[in-house]
Amino acid sequence: MIGESARLPAAADAALSRDARLLDVERVSKRYVTNEGVITAVDDVSFSIAPGEFVSIIGPSGCGKSTLFNIVGGLIGDYDGRVTVAGDTVRGTHPAIGMVFQEESTFPWRTVVENVAFPLEIAGASKQARLERAEHFIAMVGLRGFERRYPAELSGGMRQRVALARTLASEPRILLMDEPFAALDEQTRLLLGDRVLQIQQTLKQTTLLITHNLTEAVQLSDRVLVMTYRPGRLKRAVEIHLPHPRDSEVVSSDAFGHYVAEIWQDLREEASRGIRDDESRVLERRGK
Amino acid sequence: MSETMSGAQRTGWLSPIAGSRLGARLIGAATALALIGLVELAIRGGIINRFIVPLPSEILRAIPRIIVEENVLHRFWQTTQEMLWASLLLAGVGIPLGALLHRVRILRLACETWVGALAAAPIVLMYPLFLVIFGRSATTIVMIGFAAGLAPVILKTLEGLAGTRQVLLDVGRSFKLTPSQQFWKILLPAALPSVFVGLKLGLVFAMINIVGVEFLINFGGLGQLINELAERYDLPGTYGAICFVILSSVVFFDSAERLERFLRPGE
Repeated sequence: MIGESARLPAAADAALSRDARLLDVERVSKRYVTNEGVITAVDDVSFSIAPGEFVSIIGPSGCGKSTLFNIVGGLIGDYDGRVTVAGDTVRGTHPAIGMVFQEESTFPWRTVVENVAFPLEIAGASKQARLERAEHFIAMVGLRGFERRYPAELSGGMRQRVALARTLASEPRILLMDEPFAALDEQTRLLLGDRVLQIQQTLKQTTLLITHNLTEAVQLSDRVLVMTYRPGRLKRAVEIHLPHPRDSEVVSSDAFGHYVAEIWQDLREEASRGIRDDESRVLERRGK
Repeated sequence: MSETMSGAQRTGWLSPIAGSRLGARLIGAATALALIGLVELAIRGGIINRFIVPLPSEILRAIPRIIVEENVLHRFWQTTQEMLWASLLLAGVGIPLGALLHRVRILRLACETWVGALAAAPIVLMYPLFLVIFGRSATTIVMIGFAAGLAPVILKTLEGLAGTRQVLLDVGRSFKLTPSQQFWKILLPAALPSVFVGLKLGLVFAMINIVGVEFLINFGGLGQLINELAERYDLPGTYGAICFVILSSVVFFDSAERLERFLRPGE
């Protein structure tokens, strides 16, 4: 059963009434001035996310996904447009948004439990309270028994789970993730996807995932937004009507394959443009 | 999913011994003993002139004598105290200065090269100036040690702070840390390995200069003893006293490493 998909970016959130929107990204553009001129990384991007919804943004390398992540997360302030959380405009980082980064971001000098308790420590929670909360989230990401280990003793996947638990411990209304499993192998990525889905379904966590991985996007999301290659615009929104609760077994279903094929059609065109663009830039540089 | 990595897996073929800290220490001690043995053989074989370098066995025999006759333990304590003060000054002044240069960009651009040049300057030759300012006292010795070790502490602190991974700072920003929290909770702990490299280098420079100035101005400590023994041409005693300088250096280096492991666990 394939869901409806919308062709135009404006329709990416058409179904959501203003009250039903938790995150609103309105006409966001970002330009960078470089030696080669002005580059538009993100161009007039608008979408909304409802509470409890899992949305993925997928696009080829260089389409401005990470720029969008940084804008929504409040790490980039200088852009056109508006980002709001429940009507509150995001200026700088926002307490309602928790971020999980692509790069390994655990603190190597802190144990797992100390890492996860970090946002609670900053919030001034008592030692006992933060320990209890941290242990709760450690168990949630499946790392019980590793509380006293340091990140150097863990695998890449385990470290990313620590980073995820740390962000969850701050109890954000919106979980914002930038390709958190990009550095992991496919099997690990699928299994961690299961874990993320479990957590998302348990906490009814509103989630925005930035990814370039098609399988991951379809496996996890309620809606996939496809971005164009530079300048990064929203090309299409695809509703994923795969059954819930969902796990990685869904990847073997026909419906899953249809969604992947459907999104790939759009993505292929953009990825090819990206490759052609890279090649022509290399040739240009050699010509000079 | 690959799980945890043990220390032994990471150390390779030497894993059974080198995996433990004790094993590493044993290998270090064995290497030192082997080198001493080689020197003994080289001197006995006439490869090294024994009128310039005494036999290690003679040095070993001289140590009880200098302990009893030359009051070496008291002098060792004097030099160690000077080193202690110099290291406290190095940490207390050098680290904040490095942090200041990191924080104030214009100051960094203006001063970094000068601080680098200070690292190469032969500070010990300026001892007459220090004598004029601080008099013939332990303060002069401490201040020269401090001045000699300052540059690496500042530069490595700056390097460590500037080299903090952006993603860690972004994590701090995402949790809305104040600038002070960002410094104490993320920047400083992340920079500690580099800060300690600077401190250890600073300690080495300070030690060389402290003993050198004690020698030059003939004031207290192991440097003065080395001077006296050398003038008496008591070579085994001179080298025995040098052993105590090395011991003092080892004590400080080891303490710095222990402090680093305490402050920055998990490496």
